[in-house]
Amino acid sequence: MEQRIKALREMMEHQIGEVQSKENLSAFWQNFLGKKGSIAELMKGLGAVAKEDRPAVGKIINEFKLEAEERYKALNEKLEQAELLARNRREAVDITLPAKKHPLGHQHPLTLVKDEVISVFSGMGFDVFEGPEIEDDDHNFTRLNVPKDHPSRDMQDTFYLEDDLLLRTQTSGGQIRVMDMQKPPIKVLVPGRVFRSDSDATHSPMFHQMEGLVVDKGITLCDLQGMLDKFVQQIFDANVRTRLRPSYFPFTEPSVEVDVSCFECAGKGCSLCKHTGWIEVLGGGVVHPRVLENCGIDSSVYSGIAFGIGIERITMLKYGINNIGLLFENDLRFLKQF
Amino acid sequence: MKVPYSWLKEYVDLDISAEELQEKLFSCGFEVEELTSPGAEISKVVVCEVKSCEKVEGTHLIICKVDCGEYGSDIQIVTGAPNVYEGMHTPAALDGATLPGGVKILAKPLKGIPSNGMMCSGEELGLNEDLYPGAEVYGLLDLPKDTVPGTDIREITGLNDYIFDISVTANRPDCQSVLGIAREVAAVLGKELKMPATDYTVTETTIPGLEIRVDAPDLCPRYLGHAVRNITVGESPRWMRRHLALCGLRSISNVVDITNYVLLEIGQPMHAFDMDQLQEMKIIVRRAKDGEKIQTLDEKEFTLTSENLVICDGNRPVALAGIMGGLNSEITEKTTQLLFEAAKFARDNVRRTSRALGQSSDSSARFEKGISEYITELGMARALHLIQELNCGEITSSAFDCSAGAPREGKRFTASLRRINGILGIEVPAETVLDILRRLNFDVKRDGDTLDVTAPRYREDIEVGEPDLAEEVIREYGYDHVVPTFLQSATVTSGGKTPAQQRRDRAAQVMCAQGYNECYTLSFYADSDLDALKIPADAPERNVIRIQNPISEKLSVMRPLLAPSLLNVTVENLKKGNSEGRLFELSNVYVPAGKGEHPEERLHLGFIAFGDEEDFFTVKGSVEALGEAFRLKFDVERAEDVPYLHPGIAAYILCEGERIGVFGKLANEVTGELKLHKDSKANHKIFLGEIDYAKMMAHAAAGIRYKPVSAFPEAVRDLALTVSEETTCGELMNEIRRACPAVTDVELFDIYRGEQIGAGKKSMAFKITFTPADKPLAPEDVDRFIKKILGNLKFKLGAEIR
Repeated sequence: MEQRIKALREMMEHQIGEVQSKENLSAFWQNFLGKKGSIAELMKGLGAVAKEDRPAVGKIINEFKLEAEERYKALNEKLEQAELLARNRREAVDITLPAKKHPLGHQHPLTLVKDEVISVFSGMGFDVFEGPEIEDDDHNFTRLNVPKDHPSRDMQDTFYLEDDLLLRTQTSGGQIRVMDMQKPPIKVLVPGRVFRSDSDATHSPMFHQMEGLVVDKGITLCDLQGMLDKFVQQIFDANVRTRLRPSYFPFTEPSVEVDVSCFECAGKGCSLCKHTGWIEVLGGGVVHPRVLENCGIDSSVYSGIAFGIGIERITMLKYGINNIGLLFENDLRFLKQF
Repeated sequence: MKVPYSWLKEYVDLDISAEELQEKLFSCGFEVEELTSPGAEISKVVVCEVKSCEKVEGTHLIICKVDCGEYGSDIQIVTGAPNVYEGMHTPAALDGATLPGGVKILAKPLKGIPSNGMMCSGEELGLNEDLYPGAEVYGLLDLPKDTVPGTDIREITGLNDYIFDISVTANRPDCQSVLGIAREVAAVLGKELKMPATDYTVTETTIPGLEIRVDAPDLCPRYLGHAVRNITVGESPRWMRRHLALCGLRSISNVVDITNYVLLEIGQPMHAFDMDQLQEMKIIVRRAKDGEKIQTLDEKEFTLTSENLVICDGNRPVALAGIMGGLNSEITEKTTQLLFEAAKFARDNVRRTSRALGQSSDSSARFEKGISEYITELGMARALHLIQELNCGEITSSAFDCSAGAPREGKRFTASLRRINGILGIEVPAETVLDILRRLNFDVKRDGDTLDVTAPRYREDIEVGEPDLAEEVIREYGYDHVVPTFLQSATVTSGGKTPAQQRRDRAAQVMCAQGYNECYTLSFYADSDLDALKIPADAPERNVIRIQNPISEKLSVMRPLLAPSLLNVTVENLKKGNSEGRLFELSNVYVPAGKGEHPEERLHLGFIAFGDEEDFFTVKGSVEALGEAFRLKFDVERAEDVPYLHPGIAAYILCEGERIGVFGKLANEVTGELKLHKDSKANHKIFLGEIDYAKMMAHAAAGIRYKPVSAFPEAVRDLALTVSEETTCGELMNEIRRACPAVTDVELFDIYRGEQIGAGKKSMAFKITFTPADKPLAPEDVDRFIKKILGNLKFKLGAEIR
C-alpha cells in the first residue's frame, strides 16, 4: 500500500507540473480526488488490508488525500490569479485616448466679474437693483442734477429714441428709482447695460456699469474710501490701496476719481500702470444733496456716497484683456478661457 | 487746453519745475494729459561762433572753424549754407547730437573733408518765425552776437519751454484759459496772482449812428461792443507771436492776433467786425430767419433756422453767434475801424447750432462749456488794453453794454464749518478752511461755525451750500488727508441678490452645464439682420424701437429677437474655424409700447448649437434640462410657421399649454444665404431657439414641497406597439399616461419598420414604469393596467400590440 501511495505521489508531482489550465486542473481532480479517482480507489482497497493495519493505512491514505486537496487548492488559486491578471491585461485601455465629451459651457468674463463685484458688496449688505435700459431724460439726467443746458450732457453721447426716451448712458438713474421706492438706510448696487454713441478700440457703444449707493446718517467721503479699499482688495489683491483725486460728476460733490495702486508691479511702475504706479478704476463721490432732495430724502438728516464701476474696465484689468472688442465678439476660443 | 510754462510764469512767480507743477495740478483736480517740451528731441546743439570760412573749390561747401566754448574753440564743421560768414553766431549740432524727428548728427567727412557736426537752420531745430525771429530765413540761423558760444541752443531760442496739455472738467469752464490755470496754480502754491493789465484810455471820439441791440436776450444774456478806429493793421510783437505759436496758432495780424490772444489768455472769445462793412452801422443780435444764409470766414455757407442765433448788421447776418464771423465783415489789411465784440451766449444754443451745422471753432468750444460775464468784461478790457499797448488803434467812446440783467457780484451765502467737515469725515482746522477759500479768491468772514462766503464771480459752478466748499477745501488740503473708514455710522443691512435674480443666475448656470457658452452681444442691430432671418415685413417683430441718432444704420434697431445676434456670432465663429459650439445669451429684447407708455424690455434666453454632432434632439435635451432645473415639464408642438426655422424640424416649447418659446433647425433658405465658405455651409448643422424667459418663469413654482417617495418597489413592463406612420411618439406617450395614473415614466427604446409590420406602419417599443401608491403592486395589478392602456391606445390611436 505504501508502495502504491508513493507511486501515486510521484504521479501527482508529475501531473502538477503539467497543470497549465482549468481543464488540466479538473483532470487532476478527477484523477486523484474524483469519485473514481486514485484516492477513492485506495479507499476501496482498504477492505483488503488486514484489520489491525487498517487504521494506520487509513491514516496514510487520508494524509495523502489532504495533501492532494492542499495541492489542488494552491494550484487553483495560482491559476485564478493568472487568469485575473490576463483578463485585466486584456481589458486595459489607453488612458491617454480623448475623453468622451460632455463639454461644459463657460460663463462670460463680464458675468464672472459682475458676480464677483456683487458678491463683495453683498457681503457689505448691498441689495441688487436693476433699472430699465430705456430711460427718460428725467431719470438719466435731470434728477441727477444735470440741467438741460449743462455741458456735462456732452460728456456722454446719448442715443435717443422716440418720445423723449433714450438709452441710459449710466446706471446712475437706478439711484433715483431706488430712492423713490425706498427710504434710508439704503445700500444698493445697480448693475446693467449702458449705451453711448462711441465706438473705437477703447469704447463700445454698449458696455456695463455697476452703480453703488449708500444713504444713511453720517456717511462721509472717508467711508467711500474705506469701502472702496475693501472692494479693491478683494477684487485685485489684498495689498492694494486706493487713491482719491478730484474729478467732476454732476450727481456727486465732492467728486473723485479712484485709482488703485498697481497690482502688477506693486506701485513700482510697469506698462499696465503706464509707469505711474496707479491705475484708474472707478469714479464716485458724496451724493449731491440736490439728488437726495429730488427723491424726497432730507439732505439735512441723511447723506450718501455713490460710485460707478465700469465692468469692462475691471474685467480687462483682471484678465489682461487689451481690446474691449474681444468682449463682444464672442469667439469661442476666447469664451472658453473663462 | 494747452498752457505754456513760460506764459504761466508771467502771472505766477514759479519756482518749481514743470514736473513738480504737473503733480501740483494733478492733486488739485487738473490732470495734465501730456507734458511736452518743444525742444525735447534736441540734444548737444550749442551756440557756435564762426571763426573762419574757407570755400572748397569746385563745390558749394565751406570749411568753417568754429568756437563752441566749453565744447572746443577750434572745431572744424563743413557747411553748404551760403549765408555763413566769419563772426556769425549760429547753432551747431556737435558729434552725437539729435535734432527733431530723431535725426542723429555724427562726425563724418563730407566729400572727404572731415566735419565734426552740422550747423543748423531754424527749421532744422523745429522753429518758425513766430517762435524765433529769422527762423524761416534760408540758410543758417543767425543768432545775436551777444550769445555765448557753448550755450545750449534751447535756452537761447526758448525751446526749453514746456507745454502742459491740461484736461479741464466740465464744471470748470473758468479754467479754459492760461489765466484760469494761473489762478489755480497761484492758489495751490499759495502765491500771488499777477493780473494782466486791462487799463486803457478812451478818446472823446464817438462813431455817429452806431447802434447795438439784442433781440434775443435769452440766447445772449450779455453783449459788449466797443468801437476802435484809426487801425493800423501790421505785425504783432514778438512776445505775442511766441505765445500764440506755443499754443499752436499762427500769427496773422496784430488786430486778429489780439482776439486770439484774449481767447487763449482770458478765455473770452472775441470777435472784430470791420465797421466799414456793417450796413446801416447797426449790430442786432437775433434769431435767424428760417432759410436765412451766412457765409462764414472759412468760406462755408450755411442755411439757418430760428434755432440759430446770428449777429446782424442793418440787413444781413455778419456772424454766426459764438461760432464764427461772417466773411462779409472780416478784418482785412484795409480795415481802418473795427468793432470789438465780447459776449456771453447761451451754451446749449451754441452747442445745438454747432452740432446742427457741423461747424465748430475754438470760440464755440468755449461758449459751449460756458463763459461768465466777468470773463466777458475782462476780455473786452484786455483787448482794448492790447490795442493801446500795441499802438495800433484809437479807442473811441462808442461802447455798448447790452445786459439781460444778471447780477454783477459773486454768489453770497452762509455755510457751516461743521457741515463741511461732516461731508469730508475729517476735521480740517478752521483756519485752514479759511486760508484755502481765500487763496481761491472766495471772500470769507467767519462767525463761530458760520462762514459768510462770497464766491468769485467767475466761479459760476459754485452752488449755495457746503458740498462745493467741501470739494474746494479737500482738493487744496489734499485727498491724502482722507482717513478711510468702513461705513462707521451706517445701519447694518442684509443685502444680496433677490430670488428672481438668483433664478436668472441659475438659468445661466444650467445652460453652461449643458455646454452652452455665454455671449454678450449688442442690443441693437439692423433691419437687414431681420431680413436675413426672413422675418416678414408685417410680422410683429418688425414693430421695433429705432435709435434716432445711431452710429450707423447697422446699429439702429433695438432688437426684438436675440436669434439674429446669435446667428451672427455663430457665422463669425464658423468663419474663424470654430466648427462646432454652443452659445447662449440671456438678455433683453425691446417691444414698443403705445404713445406715452414706457416700452417693454423682455428678458429672452436665446441659444444656438452648431456642428456635426448636433441634431434636433440634442438641443431638445438641453431645453428639457432647462425645464427640469426649475421643475417645469415642457411639451412640444410642431412649429411650421417660424420663418427662420425648418418647418419640419422645429417645435414650440409649451409649458402648461402656453407657448413659451421655440427651437429647431435653421431654415434651409436662411442657411443658404449665410456668408460662409461653400464647403463649411453643407457641413454645418445649426440649431437655435429662443425662450421668453419671463413667460417661462411665470410657471415656475416659488418653493419646493417634498413628495413622499413610494415605499414599494416599482414595476416595469415593456410594450411594443404597431401604429400607423402618422402617429407620433408624443401622442402614444400621452395616451399611455392618460390611461393609467400609476404610470410614472414612459420611455421609448426602439422604433422598427419592416415587412412583418406592413407598409405605412411602424412598431414602437416603450418601457413603462408603474409606481405603487399605498400598497405593493401585484403582477395581476400590472396586467390590469396594461390591458387598460392597450384598450385606450386601440380606441384613440388604433394601436395594436405587436
